[in-house]
Amino acid sequence: MYKYDQYDDAMVRARVEDFRDQTRRRLEGKMTDDQFKPLRLKNGLYLQLHAYMLRIAIPYGTLNSTQLRKLAHIARTYDRGYGHFTTRQNIQFHWIKLEDAPDILGELADVEMHCIQTSGESIRNISADHYAGAAADEIMDPRPWAETLRQMTTFMPEFSYLPRKFKICVIAAEEDRAAMRWHDFGLRIVKNEAGEIGFEVYPGGGMGRTPFIAYKSSDFVPQHQIFSYLQAVLRVWNRHARRDNIHKQRMKILVHELGEEEFTRQVEEEFRHILTLGTDFPQAEYDRIAAYFTPPPFETGLPEEIDRSDPDFAVWIDQQIAPHKAPGYAIVNVSLKPIGGIGGDITAEQMEVVADLAERYSFDELRVAHTQNLVLPHVRKADLYAVWQQLRDAGLADANLDLVTDIIACPGLDYCSLANARSLPVAARIAERFADPAVQHDLGELKIKISGCINACGHHHAGHIGILGVDRKGTENYQLLLGGSGAEDVSQAKITGPGFDEAGVVDAVERAVNHYRTIREPGERFIDTYRRVGMEGFKEAIYG
Amino acid sequence: MADVLRFRDDAAADEPAVSLDAFLDQTNAVSVRIEAGDDVRRLAPVLDRLRLVEIDFPKFRDGRGFSSASILREMGYTGEIKATGDVLVDLIFFMRRCGFDSFAPNVPLDPADAEAALNRYPYVYQHAADAEVPIWQLRHPELANG
Repeated sequence: MYKYDQYDDAMVRARVEDFRDQTRRRLEGKMTDDQFKPLRLKNGLYLQLHAYMLRIAIPYGTLNSTQLRKLAHIARTYDRGYGHFTTRQNIQFHWIKLEDAPDILGELADVEMHCIQTSGESIRNISADHYAGAAADEIMDPRPWAETLRQMTTFMPEFSYLPRKFKICVIAAEEDRAAMRWHDFGLRIVKNEAGEIGFEVYPGGGMGRTPFIAYKSSDFVPQHQIFSYLQAVLRVWNRHARRDNIHKQRMKILVHELGEEEFTRQVEEEFRHILTLGTDFPQAEYDRIAAYFTPPPFETGLPEEIDRSDPDFAVWIDQQIAPHKAPGYAIVNVSLKPIGGIGGDITAEQMEVVADLAERYSFDELRVAHTQNLVLPHVRKADLYAVWQQLRDAGLADANLDLVTDIIACPGLDYCSLANARSLPVAARIAERFADPAVQHDLGELKIKISGCINACGHHHAGHIGILGVDRKGTENYQLLLGGSGAEDVSQAKITGPGFDEAGVVDAVERAVNHYRTIREPGERFIDTYRRVGMEGFKEAIYG
Repeated sequence: MADVLRFRDDAAADEPAVSLDAFLDQTNAVSVRIEAGDDVRRLAPVLDRLRLVEIDFPKFRDGRGFSSASILREMGYTGEIKATGDVLVDLIFFMRRCGFDSFAPNVPLDPADAEAALNRYPYVYQHAADAEVPIWQLRHPELANG
């Protein structure tokens, strides 16, 4: 994976000192929180309900064991012994003291990590396929491009104050495991007929209160023009977005108001101009970065067989393993969704277990998935049993990947000052309702996503079943949605009807699931059945 | 506190800036005032008589002026670009990179704070309107001559 050189290191250290100075001015009362707010937000520090929350960037979801151990250390030293992985492949600590924040940034810099642009009106941490570099179906590893774009979009002067946040995602496979088309700027790496690498570009997606799925603005932007194309998109948006209403300033709104055709036309005009400025990085720099992503030295001649004689292990294998590009290897998904636990949460001790496993069994590599799980990308099939045993001993061996209990949920009203309702208890109740492994496996792939407010951090628009917490006359109320997807079969979920209280929405989910079970045809997932029959029958089942 | 922080050696234009429409209607004006929503590309035919562009920031969260300055420099304009309005010291490093070379905010900048802000970052990651060499170019000195 990528290693900082003296330049990257100097930039991150400078940011630490910059932030230390800003924090000092705040603590000494030389700045109000209003003045401090935009500065701390550009560095991932939010003031939440109970304390400050610090969001740490995990670029394209890639970590090594040293970094994860450092996160464990931060959890223990500065927080309450745990952290929370987010739907943007980042990690958040929810109990931070302001005066500690600069020291935490210093500790992060020691392991080549930072919080730059993890919040505020900025170009956020770039997300990528969490199977990158390991997936059997990718045409190349998308991370060298994600890293190149990470550097090029760090402290971009012209876009110092964008209308709103801006999220980029890079994938390189047909299958979309990263919700690419729900980003402001989605990229799929493709090869043209001449065998040249380029990008399909999908601008204008986003969740929030006004969800849009990104449209395709270009079939093929040549690889070394992608930074120019990105600048063109940013410039059109920065110049023409509304600035009078924060809820209408995301790029998706401008795309919608101009229309896709006109937005594309303006981008292409600006793109032709920006190409003449020669701001794209050269092949030599791409090659330098790509060299850090050379595949690890996979062994050859490894056995493909897995000893399935332990039935619990066999169940786990069938659910948590994905095909690897190298023979004899597998991708291991580590569930952070235990029944009765909080999705995405992980203790310092568990972080250390996973770090040890990554170091010993996965070429020191780890991934964070936007589904709030972890991935050991390169495990020999022969080592799977040992890995499973150690995960099991640490409480990390749930076998529920993409099943009904693998729920995405935002922190909600338990932590977040923006939330209208709690998300975590709803997720916990649903997981308990479907806890029986036989039931989960019978239901198959079923993606439930829960947000505690219309900002949609819990991706409810993209859930096969989505739940949105709202405030209804001072009480928490939950709307139910059906039919969304963040995958290559992308779609936007629709509201079923009137909302429910907390117990009611759990019952409603169960009725929807039971209806699916009654009418499904062989091989159909929940989403397939919903798409075949439409909303009406489900509505009847839910509301009676 | 200086009311204007200026990074140019030439004499400042002493004529008050007029609106973009007024500037385009006149033939002898040399100073123009750009509001956040104005299209600076309309100045392309008259760049040769332009000596001062004031770009207004109605609130610091409105970043349109960054693009306006960048585009003016891309068009080849070499005269003064002055940032006015709600300009915060924490953003002037990026403003300088976009081509601003004077600052006259509503609340005057402390020169010491400005100096510190301008020298905070030792490198830059990308080309902009200034002459800073991006990190990728420093990494590849072999490319410097061609």
